Amino acid sequence: MSVMRSTSRRDFLKKCVTGAAVLGASGRVGLLAAAEEGAALAKSRVVIARDAMLRGTGTTVDSRRMLTLLDRAMQAFFDRDNPNETWKKLVRPGERVGLKVNVLGGRGLSSNLQLVEAICERLQEAGIKASDIVVWDRDSDEMEHVGFHVATGGNRVQCFGTDRVDYEQELVMHGSVGSRLSKILTQRCDVLINVPVLKDHDGAGVTIALKNMYGVIHNPNKYHPNGCNPYIADLNMLPEIRTKMRLTICDATTASYEGGPGYKPEYSWKNNGLMVSQDPVALDYTSWQIIERKRAEKGLKTLEGDKRAPHYIATAADAQHRLGTNDPRRIAVVEV
Amino acid sequence: MKARGVLLAVLGVALLLDASCKRQPGTEQSLFPASNEVAGWVKTGETRTFEAADLWRYIDGEAERYLKAGAQRVSTADYKFENKVDAVVDIYTMGNAPGAEKIFKSEPAVDVKPIQVGDEARLSSQSLVFRKGTFLVRIVAFEESTETQQALLQLGHGVELRLARR
Repeated sequence: MSVMRSTSRRDFLKKCVTGAAVLGASGRVGLLAAAEEGAALAKSRVVIARDAMLRGTGTTVDSRRMLTLLDRAMQAFFDRDNPNETWKKLVRPGERVGLKVNVLGGRGLSSNLQLVEAICERLQEAGIKASDIVVWDRDSDEMEHVGFHVATGGNRVQCFGTDRVDYEQELVMHGSVGSRLSKILTQRCDVLINVPVLKDHDGAGVTIALKNMYGVIHNPNKYHPNGCNPYIADLNMLPEIRTKMRLTICDATTASYEGGPGYKPEYSWKNNGLMVSQDPVALDYTSWQIIERKRAEKGLKTLEGDKRAPHYIATAADAQHRLGTNDPRRIAVVEV
Repeated sequence: MKARGVLLAVLGVALLLDASCKRQPGTEQSLFPASNEVAGWVKTGETRTFEAADLWRYIDGEAERYLKAGAQRVSTADYKFENKVDAVVDIYTMGNAPGAEKIFKSEPAVDVKPIQVGDEARLSSQSLVFRKGTFLVRIVAFEESTETQQALLQLGHGVELRLARR
């Protein structure tokens, strides 16, 4: 927050984006040309917010600092000076909002409780009723195992897995995918906020925003061959997902660069960050590069060298899918 | 008579399905040290077992790697050390010892040190992984402290003793 006080957030972000364009430009391109090129190409924004002191001196994430970090990320993304204004740009009172978390990694590498609480707090301040918010994943027991308290009914934030309501009977299909969707998605959500975790994945290479949708279908185990390609992209094309998805807030507080998607402390690091984007492909591409940098730092092969590069990201961006962009020239990474 | 037959068939299928999901056979329970069998460690949860066909329910995304190496099942249980450190013990039963070795060797030795537990072991600040015969054991602690490594090692030896009795 302190970096924002001396100037308006709008001015600050303009400087960031312009700076990124200048940095990306070759020497022969002038400042103006670079700015114009940046404006023409920068279509998708990915905000990365970090707080080195997110855990204070301990190991648990501090709730107050998490809320501040979320505000910083959201205000940067929506270019607003007030946190409430950002959420009002995202949701409207009366809408039912689903937070699709990821608890598959178990304790240590699941969507952070403090982050989910912070999102719920801001949603309610934006006028969403507590009972219109549902925090969900595939299984209630798995959610409880990582610390979520299952709650159904009453005037409170709802929290449960698809096991409580089942999947739709009807198969929905796109390309290589034919699946039954969670009734939480189809019947309980008007808006979806994706809250994945920044993780390595043994089969897919990485699992972040796009792959988190495996948790909304009854048969994710069928879609792991060939590095989950083109299954992940096809799944995200389903209208029930595509039309409801409004934002991804990636939990990058603890991330893994190897051995995922389960939690293996030896291959994880405390990144103390959040990533926000409305383009899941751009977010996944950017996150993949973060994981590659960490792998290089640890002396590991690239994911390509390990024969598990996440090719599904390119598929999601191709002409048949157009779920977002994986072209770094068209991604504006804003670090705050 | 016909209705009774149908009922029995349905019951049989239900039992089979249940068995394939979260079976808790006594043999798998016996792999895990009881509370305070290892000083300071309390078993805080039931043993859950996932057979090969349902491995993905526990380790979706990693199941294929284990299945290719011949995994038959995984059993898992939660522990707590001196009311401070939570941990989980996963014991994978592979079809043979080379299967356990294949999984062990497939994981890079980054930020770990080799240690003497079972046939081969690696210790990090919050985890202990070892193989012994057809078993691959992964113990993960969720908190890091000055005592964690030593505590993990002791729990690992406790599991190793259990496996040796098999």
